[in-house]
Amino acid sequence: MTHGSTHAPEAGGRVHRTSMGVDSRKMAFWAFIGSECLLFGSLIATYLVYKGRSLVGPYPHEILNIPFTSFSTFDLLMSSLAMVLALAAVQRGDMKQGKLWLLVTALLGLVFLGGQYWEFSHFVHEGLGLTTNLFGSTFYVLTGTHGAHVTVGVIWLLTLWIQALRGKLGPQQALTVEITGLYWHFVDVVWIVIFTVVYLIQ
Amino acid sequence: MSAQGESDKMATEHAHATTGTYLRIAAILVMITLIEVGVFYVPAFQNVLVPLLLVLSAVKFTLVVMFYMHLKFDNRFFAFLFGGPLLLALVVVVSLLLIFYGAVRLRTGT
Amino acid sequence: MKSWLTTTDHKRIGLLYFWTAFGFFLIGGLEALIIRAQLVRPDGGLGVSAETFNQLFTMHGTTMVFLALMPLSAAFFNYIIPLQIGARDVAFPRLNAFSYWVFLLGGLFINASFLAGPLFGADRLSVAPDAGWFGYANLTSRQFSPGPNVDFWLLGLQILGIASLAAGFNFIVTILNMRAPGMRMLRLPVFTWMTLVTQFLVITAFPVITVALVLLMFDRFFGTHFFLPAGGGDPILWQHLFWMFGHPEVYILILPAMGIVSEVLPTFSRKPLFGYTVVVYSGVVIAFLGWSVWSHHMFSTGLGPIADSVFAGTTMLIAIPTGVKIFNWIGTLWGGQIRFTTSLLFAVGFIAMFIIGGLSGVTHASAPSDLQQTDTYYVVAHIHYVLFGGTILGLFAGIYYWWPKMTGRFLSEPLGKVHFWLTLIGMNLAFFPMHLSGLLGMPRRIYTYSAELGVARLNQLSTIGAFLIGIATLVFFWNLLRSRWRPANAPNNPWGGATLEWAIPSPPPVYNFTVIPTVANRLPLWQTDRHAPMIALPAEPPAPIHVPGGSWWPLITALGLPIMAIGALSHLVPVVLAGAAVVIVGIYRWAYEPLEM
Repeated sequence: MTHGSTHAPEAGGRVHRTSMGVDSRKMAFWAFIGSECLLFGSLIATYLVYKGRSLVGPYPHEILNIPFTSFSTFDLLMSSLAMVLALAAVQRGDMKQGKLWLLVTALLGLVFLGGQYWEFSHFVHEGLGLTTNLFGSTFYVLTGTHGAHVTVGVIWLLTLWIQALRGKLGPQQALTVEITGLYWHFVDVVWIVIFTVVYLIQ
Repeated sequence: MSAQGESDKMATEHAHATTGTYLRIAAILVMITLIEVGVFYVPAFQNVLVPLLLVLSAVKFTLVVMFYMHLKFDNRFFAFLFGGPLLLALVVVVSLLLIFYGAVRLRTGT
Repeated sequence: MKSWLTTTDHKRIGLLYFWTAFGFFLIGGLEALIIRAQLVRPDGGLGVSAETFNQLFTMHGTTMVFLALMPLSAAFFNYIIPLQIGARDVAFPRLNAFSYWVFLLGGLFINASFLAGPLFGADRLSVAPDAGWFGYANLTSRQFSPGPNVDFWLLGLQILGIASLAAGFNFIVTILNMRAPGMRMLRLPVFTWMTLVTQFLVITAFPVITVALVLLMFDRFFGTHFFLPAGGGDPILWQHLFWMFGHPEVYILILPAMGIVSEVLPTFSRKPLFGYTVVVYSGVVIAFLGWSVWSHHMFSTGLGPIADSVFAGTTMLIAIPTGVKIFNWIGTLWGGQIRFTTSLLFAVGFIAMFIIGGLSGVTHASAPSDLQQTDTYYVVAHIHYVLFGGTILGLFAGIYYWWPKMTGRFLSEPLGKVHFWLTLIGMNLAFFPMHLSGLLGMPRRIYTYSAELGVARLNQLSTIGAFLIGIATLVFFWNLLRSRWRPANAPNNPWGGATLEWAIPSPPPVYNFTVIPTVANRLPLWQTDRHAPMIALPAEPPAPIHVPGGSWWPLITALGLPIMAIGALSHLVPVVLAGAAVVIVGIYRWAYEPLEM
């Protein structure tokens, strides 16, 4: 990356001088991700503050399934790999690979969501509902918010994939794919934190 | 690959990471996850469980952010845009935990 | 008309913000006048009921903070920032329009509560929010606030939060990435700097209140116990989350006004700002420290001596950069060739009133003394000295300063001076006695008080002062309206300002600058020791300048949000989904809209 004012391409191909030599959309997105740190930080803080304060069970150690959740974690990590491979493909103009890896990322995301759905249903069946106790409330709101973010990400990825199928996604849209990647990796990184703080540290 | 060879490869890949790098990072991430789960189940580690897990997940976090999100190679300002609020979020979490559960309390005689 | 609905021009959006915010300011002011009328005499006052009174002070606070002061500042962010940095518009013009429409719709949504009682089977017309602008748990629980009032509040604020966040990202990128060549960071006008710092506070603080509101929403709608002791929850957590937002929020409210004052004083002293670099860094330090003080709002909640001491310490610390700024402003005036325009009077008034407000703030910093002051009228005095004496006087200074630039017309100076003096006298008459009534033991948020408390005379003075402010505001309103019939004869630089916005016509052409200037120093339009003034820009652009057309999608997408809120309010899931669909479709059409129209 050069420093000083340089030209950053934008959608539509117009070249546009920027003071910091970076694309405005990329900068905006990093600011957004910073903001999201506070969002998830507040939810995680709430979870941690209320840890151990549930008046009734089920309690975390009774109900959390580490092997299953490890698989979810593995799934999401692989989806991040698929995402960078998708971006690399699009950047070098290999749209065949680009389409493939975009789809794989989205599918891995769907697998994650499926896992969350299964896990939540199982927990409810075992007696842990949203309002059962503080553990249920904080757990579902935190992981639910994360899941909602994953859902938005999957829709976003599939939108790009469809665009690619129509031949409307190419190296000139690499920045869009890159920003999609930033979002997706961030969602993955939040899960890394949740997996550790909620599941592993009981 | 030796550690020396590894860092040489990193140096030459400075401008842009390759597919090989991404695959290696993915392998490391999976390994760390396995270690985390292993540590969770092995009773010997119970005493150091929390700090160890925090460190391991921090490593995973850093790898994804630096390489997959390309932060290592991008404009340094992005690191500030992300790192600043991230640090703030950490301080918020720690502050609330200290306020609610602070072990240091003055003796008030009551 | 259509062009106003689809506009993405930062200047038009700035004007939309201004008039909308001013409208809400009048509504908030009316609420204040009714409060003051009720409190003019003890033992029942004029007969306003306790319930109505709760709604009045809640809506007064909420309206003034979120619908008046923040958007008035936003009016200037929008209009002035691109001009000061030498840009043709903000980084994301459609997102900018979106922020405005969301603000308008959020403000209308929350105020609709005044008339919505019958829709909810209430026995009164108004179901306006009534649990204070800070909505403490667990008063806000479904148990103690069964009606829709608090729902209007928590849904409305979530909508408004989206507007502020979007604008935050927009202005950070604009200021950092769209500066004219040569406009280095330490050459930026102080108003632009303070705006940048403010937006960082916005994007870090608003997510926290969003989480707080969502958790409250879950408690009220879905039966969780985040803030309810019966289920193990802790109402104090609400206070932490709220004030983690709330304290940065007050710096969000004051820093832009400080930026305005930092522009006005140099212009009317014909002297550069004293200690520019220090003023800028103080602003940055204030923002950082602003994140470290939140629990000073909670000294009476039993945090314990360690926490109390830490927060008392950080709160006292923040007085330092604030004081630094004040000395620098005084240093700017000192030895200057002062022109006593209305704008300058308001800027000087800001300094004086903010010092008073700051001093009462420092007394709050000490936890023991705060225990006497908290929840009394002493705090009401403090907040109004800093927010009215500070922010609002600063905003008035900005309005008188930039009105010719924005409209091409002058506001009347004689009327302006009447406005200023009436305001200054009115506000001191209204708020100074509150220090005393507070220390004599008059609590906040009470709809009446006993004659035996001995604060009746003080309350009378406050009420007179409040009505004086009302009269002053009407004078101001008349001044604004009257200017529309005056000739549009304002020159490029009526005040002899130094910064880029004064290099172009008043009002500017749609493309702002015929040619983007190259900047060589902090004061481009002034003769300084080392630089001649910037060469005048050509009257016509050398080649046609392409200006992006408008778009419907910001407005349409924004409309989805109140629809979702109405659905939530009435517990109708299909309506929520319909609103979400509007938002999603809006976003897609927005994303695929070609950049030209």
